[in-house]
Amino acid sequence: MSETHDPSAGNPLEGLAPQHEAEEPSGSRRVIGTPSPTPRAVDTKAPAPDESPDYLPTDPSDPVAAKNAERVAALCFLVAFAAGVCFLIAYIGLEVGPYNSGNSVVAALRSNYALGSSLGVALLALGLGSMIWVRHLTPNIEIEEHRHVLKSEPQDRDAFKKDFATGAAITGITKRPLLRRTMLIATAPLALAPLWLLRDLGPLPGTSLRHTVWKAGTRAVTLGGLRPLTPADMGSPGSLITVIPEGFQDDDDALAKAGVILIKFAPGQLHVPTIFDGKTQLYGMNWTVDNTIVAYSKICTHVGCPVALYEQTTHHILCPCHQSTFDASNGANVVFGPAARALPQLPLGTNAEGFLVALSDFTQPVGPSFWERG
Amino acid sequence: MSDELVKIPPALDGVGGWIDDRFHLAGGARVLMKKVFPDHWSFMLGEIALWSFVILLLTGTYLSLFFVPSASPVVYHGSYTKLDGITMSQAYQSTLNISFDIRGGLLMRQIHHWAADLFLVAILAHMLRVFFTGAYRKPREVNWLIGITLLLLGMLEGLFGYSLPDDQLSGAGLRIFEGVLQGIPIVGTYLAFFLFGGAYPGTAIIPRLYIIHVLLIPGLILGLITAHLFIMFHQKHTQMPMKGNTEKNVVGQPFWPYFMLKGQAWFFFIFGALVVLATFAQINPVWLYGPYTPLAISSASQPDWYMGILEGSLRIMPAWEINFLGHTLTLSVLIPFAVPLGIIFTGAMLWPFFEQWATGDRQEHHINDRPRNAPVRTGVGVAAMAFYGVLWAEGANDVFADKLSIPLYTITWIARVAIFVIPIGAYFVTKRICLGLQRKDAELLSHGVEIGIIHQLPNGEFVEESRPLTEEERAVVGSKQVPEAIAQPAQLDENGIPAPASKGLMGRARGIANRAFLETVDEAPGHGNGHGDHEGHAVGEAEHAAVTSGDSDQH
Repeated sequence: MSETHDPSAGNPLEGLAPQHEAEEPSGSRRVIGTPSPTPRAVDTKAPAPDESPDYLPTDPSDPVAAKNAERVAALCFLVAFAAGVCFLIAYIGLEVGPYNSGNSVVAALRSNYALGSSLGVALLALGLGSMIWVRHLTPNIEIEEHRHVLKSEPQDRDAFKKDFATGAAITGITKRPLLRRTMLIATAPLALAPLWLLRDLGPLPGTSLRHTVWKAGTRAVTLGGLRPLTPADMGSPGSLITVIPEGFQDDDDALAKAGVILIKFAPGQLHVPTIFDGKTQLYGMNWTVDNTIVAYSKICTHVGCPVALYEQTTHHILCPCHQSTFDASNGANVVFGPAARALPQLPLGTNAEGFLVALSDFTQPVGPSFWERG
Repeated sequence: MSDELVKIPPALDGVGGWIDDRFHLAGGARVLMKKVFPDHWSFMLGEIALWSFVILLLTGTYLSLFFVPSASPVVYHGSYTKLDGITMSQAYQSTLNISFDIRGGLLMRQIHHWAADLFLVAILAHMLRVFFTGAYRKPREVNWLIGITLLLLGMLEGLFGYSLPDDQLSGAGLRIFEGVLQGIPIVGTYLAFFLFGGAYPGTAIIPRLYIIHVLLIPGLILGLITAHLFIMFHQKHTQMPMKGNTEKNVVGQPFWPYFMLKGQAWFFFIFGALVVLATFAQINPVWLYGPYTPLAISSASQPDWYMGILEGSLRIMPAWEINFLGHTLTLSVLIPFAVPLGIIFTGAMLWPFFEQWATGDRQEHHINDRPRNAPVRTGVGVAAMAFYGVLWAEGANDVFADKLSIPLYTITWIARVAIFVIPIGAYFVTKRICLGLQRKDAELLSHGVEIGIIHQLPNGEFVEESRPLTEEERAVVGSKQVPEAIAQPAQLDENGIPAPASKGLMGRARGIANRAFLETVDEAPGHGNGHGDHEGHAVGEAEHAAVTSGDSDQH
């Protein structure tokens, strides 16, 4: 089964030696993509399966180079050893967190640099040493393995088929359809059981996606300071404030739907009425305060990121996730991006004390579209 | 060398004997030791993925000793004083503790994150190598399918992993994930409520993601990697076209000791590189993002690189939504979620079978193709890369807009056009380049290599010397195999009847596909070895290799 890949490779080590450059055809360029002209050192006596390999290491053709390579590889391993010791010392020597007297962030960073650089050097030096060993100290020997067609021999296939059919016949599975069918039926409920067990993973959605915690009279308070607002608190036109329903500051589930942005316009800038249902403008209603303050859901109608960026000059609200852009002066209708619906508007008014309150819940579902939304 | 060196030390001999007495392993282990590993740089790409996975298991196990997968609120009073007194989840608190209070914790976190990114880079690069060299062909289709499944699982594993710390950025990612789930027709709302244990965000999602991330998906990945390696072992490696390599053999270095040493070196290099990256290149500094709150967001929120294609797909999409019979079909979420990855993954899974169908090639292939020798495949591969690349870049459109001062909407519009134009263009350009390279190969085979020595003939003419290709070069350059033509609809047999297989819509489609696969460059017959014999005076040969094509569509 042996095959000679290179006539000159009588000694498998010959292919390694640099002097073989002389064999390169004179004056030639190497054709890109082809192997270097150095012949492949292929084991000329590739071992038969039941034969001992005789590609034993022999003395290197260039003992000086081999000795040098050995020294460099050993140096790499010594460096790896030293770096490994440094890692252990750095772990003990550089305290972090509660045990560290100074600035914890600086301490964590210092420890990270010390541990990381020592570990990195140790691993890279180990890798480099191993590479030098295998590339410069190990003779480059290739062997050949034969492939066999993967398909089994026809007689094996036939024998398998026969044995299989015999086994099946012994059980009588073909002769006894009653047994076969009842067994299959028996497994059906068990196969469904795991799906059944998953039912209690969560409650059914019901109509929960259609409502938020806003109710008529709920005061809008600032997200940061939980301060109720009067129209005068809105400041100069162009300002945008994120507000939440009063009393729900610790309820993330409520806030994930109920976040609202208030935007103040100069008189005449806001096109009222502003109420859109999807893309259709609903006439005859006015949910703004003084025709200058308007409240929109902060939850993007695309996939639910909080909209955040507001450009005063164009009155555009931008969602930073996928850049859906809404025109705040015109019912938060979509002017660009993947969101398909306007930001729902919260009916806004003032209560007896003059604070900004919701006149009702949102009249349409906030946030991303869903199948049952309609 | 003397036999002294090849003796087994008595102690080792004893242990080995003890094991073999019980397991009968000597014969099998010998086969394993002599397993041949062909040598080519591109064969190491899959190995990067393997070692990255090992590093992920090591660092991940360490992190799980300290991470608390719980959404229960706590007030932070730890080492990172900027967040002192802030209410946060235990998941986020324990991530801060890993980063600031545990020696080596930050390093392990960052190695873990970098290794995850490298894992997916390596899988994708390995997959491209296998595709472009045709290494997925019979008998390796099953391993190709396993590899694609591993890529998909790897993406999911990464997404769930970086969602665990419950920081502002990962929370935004989860919000998007939930919004996408909701958009799935009929079952979407239920899926979202069951996964999150009710309305978003709830408190169930973190422990659920955790067990999926540390047990379910890694278990699947481990099992599939094992299958991947066993199948590779059983079917033996492919090899590059080289002198001495045939379809009947596999030539390379034996597992023991060469691959052991090389694998060891490669593992330490990869581990070392990841440690250096993790030390000096900060990744996912969750303490800067703050704990997750549903109403905060930062601009330029970018996911990890492998999710960029989904992010870009969402951003490129125009606002399409259909309302009918009280239901909403939100195409602006569904299409980005399902179509681009669907095209890539389904396309990749079906490709080996499509190619077999179109070429009629049912042979086993163990010698890899050079990409130029399969112009259709290479063209399709580059088109897929372009498709992926456009969407991936669009995922960072806000960054491009910021850095290049181009309006954001302009970039998105460019991408909306580019997603159709660039892949199609890439296909045709690549195919042409492949045929051009084939032409160059044909010239090399027939005329040899110009060696840069120019002679002036007595009549004043300048000629350049060339030499014939060496055996080694010829083995590579002449490795092209062209599929055989299958029956075309236009072809009639001697009775004027078209071949049955070419009938009907499928038959015609197969004919068209087959013609595309047949397009090749002839190797200038009749000019085989001749030129080397005349001192290589391959002069003024104006003849060009002819392009043959069954198709009327010439270039």
